[in-house]
Amino acid sequence: MGTEMRRENQCEGEKKKEIMRMELESLSENEEFARVAVAMFMSRMDPTMEEIDDVKTAVSEAVTNAVIHGYQGESGIIYIQVTIEGRLLSVEVEDRGVGIGDVKKAMEPMYTTDTTGERSGMGFSFMEAFMDQVQVKSAPGKGTCVMMKKRIGR
Amino acid sequence: MTESAFTYEARGQALVIHLPGELDHHNCRNLRYETDLLLAENYITRLVFDFSKTVFMDSSGIGILLNRYKQMEGSGGKVAIYGAGPRILRVLNIGGIGKLVPCYDSKEAAIEGGGRQMIPGGKLWEQR
Repeated sequence: MGTEMRRENQCEGEKKKEIMRMELESLSENEEFARVAVAMFMSRMDPTMEEIDDVKTAVSEAVTNAVIHGYQGESGIIYIQVTIEGRLLSVEVEDRGVGIGDVKKAMEPMYTTDTTGERSGMGFSFMEAFMDQVQVKSAPGKGTCVMMKKRIGR
Repeated sequence: MTESAFTYEARGQALVIHLPGELDHHNCRNLRYETDLLLAENYITRLVFDFSKTVFMDSSGIGILLNRYKQMEGSGGKVAIYGAGPRILRVLNIGGIGKLVPCYDSKEAAIEGGGRQMIPGGKLWEQR
């Protein structure tokens, strides 16, 4: 597990850009660690409690997907990058797992490949409900990257 | 074996399930096995979920509630919720649980059932 923080001063516009990167083992224990770490990092944006909770839920969904679906419960590394640019928060959650063949279908509400009946199939719907923008890049055998954006303090 | 995140309380034919502070995939792993065991060994007609200690929930919580709801429906039983704060109510509603499972303001009310329920925002309303 490693974390790295970087502060860049962009030449154009003088807009401060801050980046936090984490690499986590694909373990269900790390779902809570990931969302709490992202919440801590975004706290410098002076967000409301609701905004923090929204981001925590979305991060939890993306990391849970990586653990259950991306790595299928096997070992692997989950890469998380959080970027703050002014009022804009961007979160990327990436795995190098099995990937998704049909992203559009996977993002349909209630769609799940789970057979135990315990999963609601609402992971992507929750990410979309709690963030302003959700984009998914995936390739079978290569892995999945979920990119989410949210404007804080409107 | 990890320690269970849940505690269970039998109240007549009702089973009260006290949920943990953080209801995510990690903490939900044992719930199915444990409730299935309790439902098989006891005559339970009502499942009551206690959210009073829960401050975080994601769609994993929706999944287990939906599955318990279907399970109880199949056997003619009922599911109820109590103690949910505004954040949890919001997540329950986005997950579509608000329409299926009644929310009450106290354990006794949830065990008893009836019309005195919570609505999103935490206000009470009388049904019919």
